[in-house]
Amino acid sequence: MIQQTSPEIGGMGHSVKRKEDRRFLLGKGNYVDDIHLPHMVYGQLVRSPFAHALIKSVNTEAAMRVPGVLAVITGEDLAKAGLAWMPTLFFDKQMVLATGKVLFQSQEVAFVVAETRFAAADAAELVEVDYEELPVLVDPHHALDADAPILRPDREEKSNHIFHWEVGDRAATAKAFEKAPVRTEVTAVFQRCHPAPLETCGCVADFNTATERLTVWLTSQAPHAHRTLFALVGGIPENNIRVISPDIGGGFGNKVPIYPGYVCAVVASLKLGRPVKWVETRSENLQSTGFARDYHMRAEIASESDGTVKALRVQTLADHGAFNAAAQPTKFPAGLFSICTGSYKFPNAFCEVDGVYTNKAPGGIAYRCSFRVTEASYLIERAMDVLAYQLNTDPAELRLKNFIRPDEFPYETPLGWSYDSGNYAAAMNKALEIAGYRELRKEQEEKRRRGELMGIGLSSFTEVVGAGPAHTFDIAGLKMFDSCEIRIHPTGKAIARLGTKSQGQGHETTFPQIIAQELGIPVSDITLEEGDTDTAPYGLGTYASRSTPVAGGATSVASRKIREKARKIAAHLLEVSEEDLEWEPGKFFVKGAPSKAKTIQEIAFAAYTNIPPGMEAGLEAVDYYDPPNLTFPFGTYICVVDIDKGTGEIKVRRFIAVDDCGNIINPMIVEGQIHGGLAEGLGIAFMQLISYDESGNVQGGNFMDYLLPTAVETPYWETDKTCTPSPHHPIGAKGVGESPNVGSPAAFVNAVVDALSHLGVRHIDMPIASWKVWQILKEKGVAA
Amino acid sequence: MPSTRRVSIQINGEKISAEVEPRLLLVHFIRETAGLTGTHIGCDTSSCGACTVLLDGRPVKSCTLFAVQADGGEISTVEGLNRNGQMHPIQEGFHLEHGLQCGFCTPGMMMSARALLERNPHPDEQEIRWAIAGNLCRCTGYQNIIKAIQYASKKMAEGVSA
Ligand code: FES
Ligand code: FES
Repeated sequence: MIQQTSPEIGGMGHSVKRKEDRRFLLGKGNYVDDIHLPHMVYGQLVRSPFAHALIKSVNTEAAMRVPGVLAVITGEDLAKAGLAWMPTLFFDKQMVLATGKVLFQSQEVAFVVAETRFAAADAAELVEVDYEELPVLVDPHHALDADAPILRPDREEKSNHIFHWEVGDRAATAKAFEKAPVRTEVTAVFQRCHPAPLETCGCVADFNTATERLTVWLTSQAPHAHRTLFALVGGIPENNIRVISPDIGGGFGNKVPIYPGYVCAVVASLKLGRPVKWVETRSENLQSTGFARDYHMRAEIASESDGTVKALRVQTLADHGAFNAAAQPTKFPAGLFSICTGSYKFPNAFCEVDGVYTNKAPGGIAYRCSFRVTEASYLIERAMDVLAYQLNTDPAELRLKNFIRPDEFPYETPLGWSYDSGNYAAAMNKALEIAGYRELRKEQEEKRRRGELMGIGLSSFTEVVGAGPAHTFDIAGLKMFDSCEIRIHPTGKAIARLGTKSQGQGHETTFPQIIAQELGIPVSDITLEEGDTDTAPYGLGTYASRSTPVAGGATSVASRKIREKARKIAAHLLEVSEEDLEWEPGKFFVKGAPSKAKTIQEIAFAAYTNIPPGMEAGLEAVDYYDPPNLTFPFGTYICVVDIDKGTGEIKVRRFIAVDDCGNIINPMIVEGQIHGGLAEGLGIAFMQLISYDESGNVQGGNFMDYLLPTAVETPYWETDKTCTPSPHHPIGAKGVGESPNVGSPAAFVNAVVDALSHLGVRHIDMPIASWKVWQILKEKGVAA
Repeated sequence: MPSTRRVSIQINGEKISAEVEPRLLLVHFIRETAGLTGTHIGCDTSSCGACTVLLDGRPVKSCTLFAVQADGGEISTVEGLNRNGQMHPIQEGFHLEHGLQCGFCTPGMMMSARALLERNPHPDEQEIRWAIAGNLCRCTGYQNIIKAIQYASKKMAEGVSA
């Protein structure tokens, strides 16, 4: 049980208003593009117009003649320094600037540096690159064809195949399928999309020739890991590199990898001894930086005639583009995709994934997602609906029948996960009740009789977040712990620093709330700093909803270390033994004599002014937290849609989200995270798509073509919660940022398919634009 | 070298004059010439609204105008919202209703909200949604932004009647 603190202290469970808001509201945020240094110059990338082509020559003479141009760096220049290629975060390498050939449209070919952004842009136009086009591979299903062009002759393996990965028991699963009276399947593409945070990626690289230190202000979700990689790849001593992640305008996974533009800016700064700013445009962002998904999936379910599921088999083809630039733990080539058995009790399961190269931008990153859990959750939630239709059962009933029961936790899944806690039926029942599910079904029946189209979609997802335990999880070898350092000042105020980095999640408020909870120091007295590798303890950063499960654990444990020292000081001050003291948030008091007490502020003062003999001065602690397990948030989402038979237009009438993320630090912020993730899920379900034509030209490479939801398409979100604490997390929290994005796409799609299910429709691939629906209506002869 | 033109623009009541290239975008004039970086750039297709400012009282996307087109005009940006150290009701609303997360869309969003409330002091939810349809937010799902604007609308009405 979490002890309730007063609103003045503002510990866990209080909707404390955000401490970081003020600077943003005043227009005084400090994002990378706001940084202006004396003598700063600007970089501009030259990009390939072709998806696959040999580079015959690069001529930089005309560009160099533009007044104000200082340097034009080419792939050949980088090759001389051994920097033409860089490692990706997943056992592959990626070209920084192309040498020999280009592999996707908009690939980085040269980097122009000039005194002004205009001179750099003008000169970039004048870099002459002579290309010879090569056959293009766009369709991943043809990547392994005998006549497919081999995209990566630099690799030992002369094939477009990147990896095969499988998990589960293939034979037992096959046997279960043979025996099962009911079999069903669904083939679903989780389309290539892009996180598109409102701020694009960029940096200011500043190599100081006097101190020989390199400072890089970077749009980074993982500044420490980036510092280490700069050191390893660039050969600069790590103590001479300082990465600063200033205010970040949204990340959603897009700001986890290292991009060529960053490396070029660093190289240019080293070369010129001047600060170099490089900030990509939106089009560059969508066309070249980490895309997400592009999973071509097939799921089969075997079940009894009564709907009891017996086995799940999943086959997936993963399109990684030109380089495998997935940012994910090294033991998991397909991320945590094996969470695909979801909330259900499958006795048998088998899952296999094959990754291939194509002439597309490299990826795929985890877009508001723990490494492919979104794909997995979407697939199983779609497949359960298809099974329900086949059995002519209500999809809610089918789910309730197959849920893992609360008394079965910790639950070992057939694909190797140990779910910490859950009460799936409770969340679902609450959602059904809020929705008025039975009445909705009745309304649907009546509407169908009148020829109107209405659908109800469910998704009762299980999430996996908080990567992760060091025995299994590392990124590029770095174990996925996280850290917190807390210092209490003599006046009882505090500063805390973490290895994570907020991109809008409200860390400057929520982490102080954990400290307030543990130490009773009011939230308003605690400053939180992140993102400066010179001052913050080492951590792996913020993505995959890991901040609360991992750094939140560190914050809690570091606070408790301080409390233990505070207990000793209090015993000294009160002249009693430590065992005679009791704690309540904010003070130690003598058992049975509550008036004999020392507040945490008094104790902090004593830590610097009246130190017990033999004790070190000061009151501070640091903790590097290695979580014992992941956490498994869950929930049920219900979506209600109406479809216009004349236009195929889909109206999301209602959306109900019941989330369970364990104990909550700040309900207001959790709700905000859910709203935001749902809107992203809406975009993915109905609008967001990066596709390529047969020549490899990117479609959806700017905000005119890559559609994002505005306030007009976005419905009113009805949110609620249940609370099943994580049994292994110090404060019972689970993490929430990505749940709504993981759980919602299936709810939207299930609702649309449900509206058309009586016509025999079982699946429609995302994004479901009205034209797709209208085409189906026309085919079925029901378009008005 | 492209020739330059002299422009003179009032920003939040202060006159800023400079020699600029005719192709200089208004948003770059605001951010770099005037040094007011609260106005952001989120796209290159006039789609996101992160750059929204008021030009002579009307909301414009400052990435879609040249600085020379605003010559002689009056611009209001996010930096001019609070007066005498007092938060504007819109800023207050965004804070109290949790209408911002990463804060990148927020300045543009608040300027659109201000323009809306000036022409329609009591908008309903649909009117608010349409008024900010030119401003993308990737973080909030819009719901709390709408609440923030409703808060401001109420607060401003109280201010008038008081
Ligand atoms: S920067 Fe996107 S509309 Fe102006
Ligand atoms: S608060 Fe991040 S884009 Fe709106």
